[in-house]
Order: sequence, then structure tokens, then C-alpha cells
Amino acid sequence: MSTDVKTATPNTLESTERHAPDGIKLPIYMDNHATTPMDPRVLEEMLPYFMEKFGNAASRNHPFGWVAEEAVELSRERIAKLIGATAKEIIFTSGATESDNLAIKGVAEMYREKGNHIITAVTEHKAVLDTCKHLEKIGFRVTYLPVQKDGLVDLDDLKRAIDDKTILVTMMAANNEIGVLQPLAEIGKICRERGVIFHSDAVQAIGKVPVDVNKMNVDLASITGHKLYGPKGVGALYVRRKNPRVQLVPIIDGGGHERGMRSGTLNVPGIVGLGKACAIATEEMATESCKLAGLRNRLRDSIMSRLDEVYINGSMEHRLPGNLNISFAYVEGESLLMGINDIAVSSGSACTSATLEPSYVLKALGTGDDLAHSSIRFGIGRFNTQAEVDYVADRVVDTVQRLRELSPLYEMAKEGIDLKTVKWAGEAH
Amino acid sequence: MAYSDKVIDHYNNPRNVGSLDKASADVGTGLVGAPECGDVMKLQIKVNPDTNVIEDAKFKTFGCGSAIASSSLATEWVKGKTVDEALAIKNTEIVKELALPPVKIHCSVLAEDAIRAAIGDWKKKQAAAKPVAAEAK
Repeated sequence: MSTDVKTATPNTLESTERHAPDGIKLPIYMDNHATTPMDPRVLEEMLPYFMEKFGNAASRNHPFGWVAEEAVELSRERIAKLIGATAKEIIFTSGATESDNLAIKGVAEMYREKGNHIITAVTEHKAVLDTCKHLEKIGFRVTYLPVQKDGLVDLDDLKRAIDDKTILVTMMAANNEIGVLQPLAEIGKICRERGVIFHSDAVQAIGKVPVDVNKMNVDLASITGHKLYGPKGVGALYVRRKNPRVQLVPIIDGGGHERGMRSGTLNVPGIVGLGKACAIATEEMATESCKLAGLRNRLRDSIMSRLDEVYINGSMEHRLPGNLNISFAYVEGESLLMGINDIAVSSGSACTSATLEPSYVLKALGTGDDLAHSSIRFGIGRFNTQAEVDYVADRVVDTVQRLRELSPLYEMAKEGIDLKTVKWAGEAH
Repeated sequence: MAYSDKVIDHYNNPRNVGSLDKASADVGTGLVGAPECGDVMKLQIKVNPDTNVIEDAKFKTFGCGSAIASSSLATEWVKGKTVDEALAIKNTEIVKELALPPVKIHCSVLAEDAIRAAIGDWKKKQAAAKPVAAEAK
């Protein structure tokens, strides 16, 4: 699933003039919300399914097909186990964007007799927002709930927004930019009480924090392989089968695979990889999230103890363990990325986006455009080390200090000028 | 995003970073852009009152690498030129010199604006100073 903050990569992967300290290999990858490197254990399990076990899982009458089908069913069970579902409730897709489209459009078309109202939040991923916008064009009504300063939706807003025409609430589990965790259990409870189907784009959360579809009353959940150390191009949609049974109109018609909800020959190696990635997460999530939160807090403390006017975007309490999104006042994000070009991270700066608009997620929190331009997203993952975190903190602090010496805004602020009162020549644009 | 070698060089070794005394009659200050837009450039020039030659130039920039490079290059180019020669500098020349991609052309426009704003400020000071000089006769 693509993210809306673009990644700055070093100009070449090999060339960095900087001398790497012992135990560190440059460049450092710390952009694990964009994608994660594959776990070698996942690759190992996938490899046989490219060559010797190449069968089509839908081939019912020979062993090639049976072997593939058996692998697919094992994956279904492994994914289901991670989220407290049953294997029959897992539908394979090409990734989270497709899962989001299938869930939202599938519900809209199936339940249009019942109502035409959908509720979501302004900080959702574009795969959800643009799907909702499409539905608005064909007669659906969509409420985009605002978020509070910490990035969380107000549950009273949600309760007020639900009316007798509401058929679906779609709310992400964890935000891809700021890592903020929405209160899924509370949202699920409200939806269940009001008889509204609840979909969650859970790609950033699954495998990182506990997600239990029954405890949280989630009816549909989007999953993708490449955010949890699995392969790209494969995902899944959890579709509740009872209490209540959720039905979807497919968006891809064909041979009737996946109980008619998603036709197309299954990507067996990808599915095997996704299943293995979920099995690893089931085993290791508790210890891993503890380690990641420790590294993340170490990075935060190391940076914030040495720099003034650094602001954390979004709730620190309700947050993915590996996420840190901070704004460095008076320093523009892309220039900061350029200065730390041996480290792969992302910025909410307009200069790094195709639209030349700063991050809509940060704007939704009430972060000013100036601080949105100054934001960096760090995504710490399974393969990052403490030595890397320390190196990243040092490089960030050095570069911010250097760029602030170069910044007219920093100079003005130090002179005691309130930048909000300055009449900027460029404001007319 | 791939940067040209010249942009990287100016980013790593910016020329003429700093500030001149903005209260001085010989100094013109241009402050262009806005923090909300992600670019602010401050460009200052010190002009020889007898020859109208720009003897010194300094800049500070909040913005992306291309904005920093454009303003750094602008200070290099205006130094040693007369005020009129400096006014003739076009943003397209900056684009060419730094090999800026289309999405970064606004950085060069801002640098040209900064040169004009600095010279405008200096001219305003000159005009304000003249009647005082006449009275002194």
C-alpha cells in the first residue's frame, strides 16, 4: 500500500562519503511504514512455491493443485489466528488498496437498499478516502469525521454521525504517518450497538499491536503482506461470517475464487509468505513491540534532549511502538532529508509530495503548514539496531543545527520576532 | 528525488551564509516567501554608494535543497555586479546553472524575487536619504 509521504532515498545506494561507525551499514532503512524488508524466514518458506510446487490452488484433480491448496489453507489459518478469526473468513487479495476497495465498495453495493451513508475519518489512507469519494459521485453520502489534536477521533462525534441510513463505518487501526491507534474496541462497540458494519484498514497495526476482530467487533479488516515483513503484492480481507454475516458484492468477477468475493488465480507464493509473516508475528509480536518502543523512545529522547522547538505529531500514548513523527521548527523537511541522505525516512513536507501540498494528516491535527513542512516520519522496524538509532539521532541533531544556522526563520525567532505577525510576501499565492 | 551535483555542492557548502546590518544605509534586505509555503529566503546586499557595485551579499534560506542552492548561487552572481546588472539576472539562468527539474522552478523564481526585493529595499533607502542630503547643503 503506498503511503502519502514520499521517501527520500540516497542518490545511490552504495555511495555515501560518510564513514559508517562500527557495526553500522549505510544507508540505514528507517521507513518501515512505507514498506518492510522481508524476513528471511518468509522468503525461505515461499521459495518452493515458485518452482517445484507451482500448482494452481484451484486445480482439484491432481497433486500439483492439492499441494498448492494445502499451502493456501495453512496461510489462511495463520492469518486468522493472528487476528482471532477463523480461516474461512480470510479472502486473499493483491494488497491493502484492493482490500479497502473491496470492503467499502462491496458493502456499499450489497447494502444500498438499507442505506447510503458511510462514515470515515479525515486522516484515513487515500485508498479509503478516494474510494469514499468515488461512492459520493454515485449517490452515497459520506461523513468525514475530524480528529482531535492527538489524532484520535472523538467517539461522541461518531455516535452523532450515525443515522438510520448509515451502513458502514470505516476507520483505520493505526495511521501510516503518525502511527496513532484509533480506539477500535470502542468504535466496534458503537457500531455493533447501532447495527452498522465496521471496516478497519488495519495494515499498519496487524502484527505490531494486538488486533482481535471478535473482541473489537470488527466486521471487515484489511491486511497486507509487505507491512509485516512479508512480500509485496499480496494482502487479505477479513470478512465476518457470523454475528453478523457480512456479504460483499465483488469488484473483480471471474472464476468464483475466494467464495465468489475475489476471482482470480491465487498468488500462492505470496500467500505462503503472508501466512508465514503472520505466524512469525503471532509468536514474536509481544517481545518485538517492547523492543521497538524502547528504540523509538531512545531516538525521541536523544533528539529532544539536544534540540529545542521539536514537536511530536500525534498521541504518544496511543501509538505504534515503532513510530515517531516529529516536526523540527524552522527547518524544511526535504532539506533535512537531503542532509541525512544516508538514512531512509519520510517527510510530510510539500516538497516531497507529488501534489506540492503538505501532509493532510498533519493538517487535520491542527499542525500549521509551517510545522507540517518541517516533519519527519521515522519508522523503526524489526531489523533496526540500537547502534543505528544512535547514529540516526546524531545525524538528525547535527543536520537540524546546521540548517537552523542557515534559516532566516530561526534567526528571526531568536531575535524575538513573532513569525505569526510577520506579513509574508508569499502569502498571496 | 535526484539532485544535480551543483545543487548538492551548494547545499553542502553554501556560499555567503549570514547576515548584514539591515539598519545600514548601504544594505538592502529582501525577505521573500512564506513559512506556510515551505520557502523563505532572506537575501542581503551591501552596495558601494559611489559605484553602485554590490560589494557583499549574504543569504539565509528556509526551504528545500534547491531553494538553498538557488539563493546561494544568487549571492555569488550578484557580488561584483552593479545594481542594474544584478536586476538583469533571470530565474531561467539559475534553472539552467543548477539543472533544476520543473517542480523546482519556483525556487529559482523566489531567488530572483529575493534579488529584486533586496535591491528595491536599498533603492528605497537611497531615495529616503537624498532629501536629507539636499537639506544639508
